[in-house]
Amino acid sequence: MIRVLLVAAFSLLLLAPALSPSDFYVNVATQILIAAIFALSLNLLVGYGGLISLGHAVYLGVSAYLTIWLVTRAGLSHLPAAVAAVVLTTAMSLLFGILALRATGLGFLMITLALGQILWGLAYRWVSVTGGDNGLSGFQRPQPFGIDLASPRTFYLMTVAVFACAFVLIAVLVRSTFGAGLRGVRDQPRRMQALGWHVWMVRLVAFVAAGFWGAVAGVLYAYYNQFVSPHVLALTNSAEALLMVIAGGAGTLLGPVVGAVVVVMLKNVVSAYVTRWVMLLGLVFVAIVAFMPEGLVPGIDRLRRRRRPAGTT
Amino acid sequence: MSRHVFGLAVLLAVLPARAAEKEPVRVGFLTVNSGALAAGGRQMGEGLTLYLKEHGNKLAGRSIEVVTLDTAGQPATTRTRTQEAVERYKVHVIIGPLAAFEALAINDYVKQVKVPVISPSAAAEDLTQRSPNPWFVRAVGSSAQPNQPFGEYAAKTLKYKRIATIGDDFAFGHETTAGFQRAFEDSGGKVVQKQWAPLNVADYGSYVAGIKPDVDAIYASFAGANGLRFLRQYAEYGLKVPVLGNMTTVDEGILKNMGDEALGVVSCGWYSAAIDTPANRKFVEAFRAAHSADPGYYSAGAYTAAMFLDLALQKVHGKVEDKDAFMKALRSLDVQDSFRGPMRIDERGNPVLTVYIRKVERKDGRLQNTVVQTYPGVSQFWKYDPKTFLAQPVYSRDNPKASNLEP
Repeated sequence: MIRVLLVAAFSLLLLAPALSPSDFYVNVATQILIAAIFALSLNLLVGYGGLISLGHAVYLGVSAYLTIWLVTRAGLSHLPAAVAAVVLTTAMSLLFGILALRATGLGFLMITLALGQILWGLAYRWVSVTGGDNGLSGFQRPQPFGIDLASPRTFYLMTVAVFACAFVLIAVLVRSTFGAGLRGVRDQPRRMQALGWHVWMVRLVAFVAAGFWGAVAGVLYAYYNQFVSPHVLALTNSAEALLMVIAGGAGTLLGPVVGAVVVVMLKNVVSAYVTRWVMLLGLVFVAIVAFMPEGLVPGIDRLRRRRRPAGTT
Repeated sequence: MSRHVFGLAVLLAVLPARAAEKEPVRVGFLTVNSGALAAGGRQMGEGLTLYLKEHGNKLAGRSIEVVTLDTAGQPATTRTRTQEAVERYKVHVIIGPLAAFEALAINDYVKQVKVPVISPSAAAEDLTQRSPNPWFVRAVGSSAQPNQPFGEYAAKTLKYKRIATIGDDFAFGHETTAGFQRAFEDSGGKVVQKQWAPLNVADYGSYVAGIKPDVDAIYASFAGANGLRFLRQYAEYGLKVPVLGNMTTVDEGILKNMGDEALGVVSCGWYSAAIDTPANRKFVEAFRAAHSADPGYYSAGAYTAAMFLDLALQKVHGKVEDKDAFMKALRSLDVQDSFRGPMRIDERGNPVLTVYIRKVERKDGRLQNTVVQTYPGVSQFWKYDPKTFLAQPVYSRDNPKASNLEP
């Protein structure tokens, strides 16, 4: 039943651009999907691994910087640049994982925060490479097989395809033995160790997987915005992704997607009608935390179950 | 029957024509209502509103519909807002955004969708230099534009030989300081010390303490409220070295919150609320009546942007729909008698304008930037040859190289 619903929801997503008369909503939908991939990647760490990171924007940001830098400054064509951006960023996440996973809990959070701030400072200061706070621009979207991705609709469809891949592969990952192991490591690291699991290695693999999907989101971000500046690496970006995960429901597959929808819609659509939209954003999160501390997806699930008498599922 | 059909046909033919005639000019106003830049965003709004109010909300015979969009000072959000303005509200022209990095973030998109942009604030040099955009016109000066004549003024008129600089560590601080340094050193002065303070630094104490005591003056380049905080701490430390500043260090927008510490600061800019001309007195009086404050960088910038829109619309008789003609009119503006003096748009979309050297004095019970000297007809390239100017990399933290630094 849930599977059917999922497929139906997904088809609706695909239909959205065809239904919308305005490019604006197509672009908002594209942004939601990019944010959703980013939040899904962070969810691997936060939700399934129990490792709260405040530096996840690093992977999106570095990958976006690399994508644009490799094309506009190093003269690579789009495909090798995108692949190199993902590979290099994933390699970086391996390095950062080794550094950050010396600790868990608060220590882990502080290390990821520090690494994020270092890269933000680097992007800001290393003007000859990153363009400083003026950023990198002059980047065009590619035209693979003669498909013009400059059009919002075709770009949206490509984003849908990448999102579908990300969603399915992440779903497969968390439902695999490894996924069970990761959840086990989150809840009972000692028992898992006693059972013969290499706790540190499980966490590292999750960290790298999160870095990989963050990098994929970064490539899409670069293509979408055709511009990158240090703001993408800022702490607010990492925090926003964390909010998406927590608001939607950490440790659920749909949660980060719902969280991405809520945040992007509040930021980009509601703000057109409400001047004090930042305050509204805050209020919404306070409300979520007050009434559904586990997040929207599990929270709604709980309400639905409560309404039905027990035993009739 | 046939008569009815005929009547209907006439009606159908007339209706769209009439509708097109009456349709307002839609202006997308990209501003910042939230976050650290919100004060500047509010002042921009005040400048724009005043101009439209003065003209009964009608420019070149067409009413103006302003769609205000909050970019939150974030490049990605600015991009979305611009798309919203273009794709959802179908604006004819954009006034905004506020920050240079926001303008750079939408530069490529603007070229792609070909929508005219009048910048009321963003000063990044390259917007009208190394990555010019045919759909972009700046209503303010480029970052270094007033600072280059100021460098010469400091060396030749004020006879300063050795100067220490301190500025905000971001592109606007870098570009303003670089322009000042280049012209100052070309006129025989020496920049012996350069300090950069992070934008959100809590305390300027260590920077003030680090200033060489034996310099003739210091050059300060701050934006937002940082000038206020720096000058206050500078005075508290009891330093007596004269202070020079870029336009925003003692901008009218924050000057009203300053005290004696600002007295005597000599600065440069493309505007001062104290310019003593009938046109400017009229503008300042109207602005003071509406907001009981002097107009500064952001208000004057947005007011100028609205004026540019007005003049270009008049040139094309209100036909903003003919984008190419409108853009051509905008790019070839030549204003003789504006409140800021004569202005002419150069071939890269930047105005050739009058630069004012100002000195903070107390007059009529408030601090004002009294004009002490004017440099008419200053281009963004100052006295340098545009070709060689553009062949060099954009002004930055270390460009031009400071070869006279003392340890």
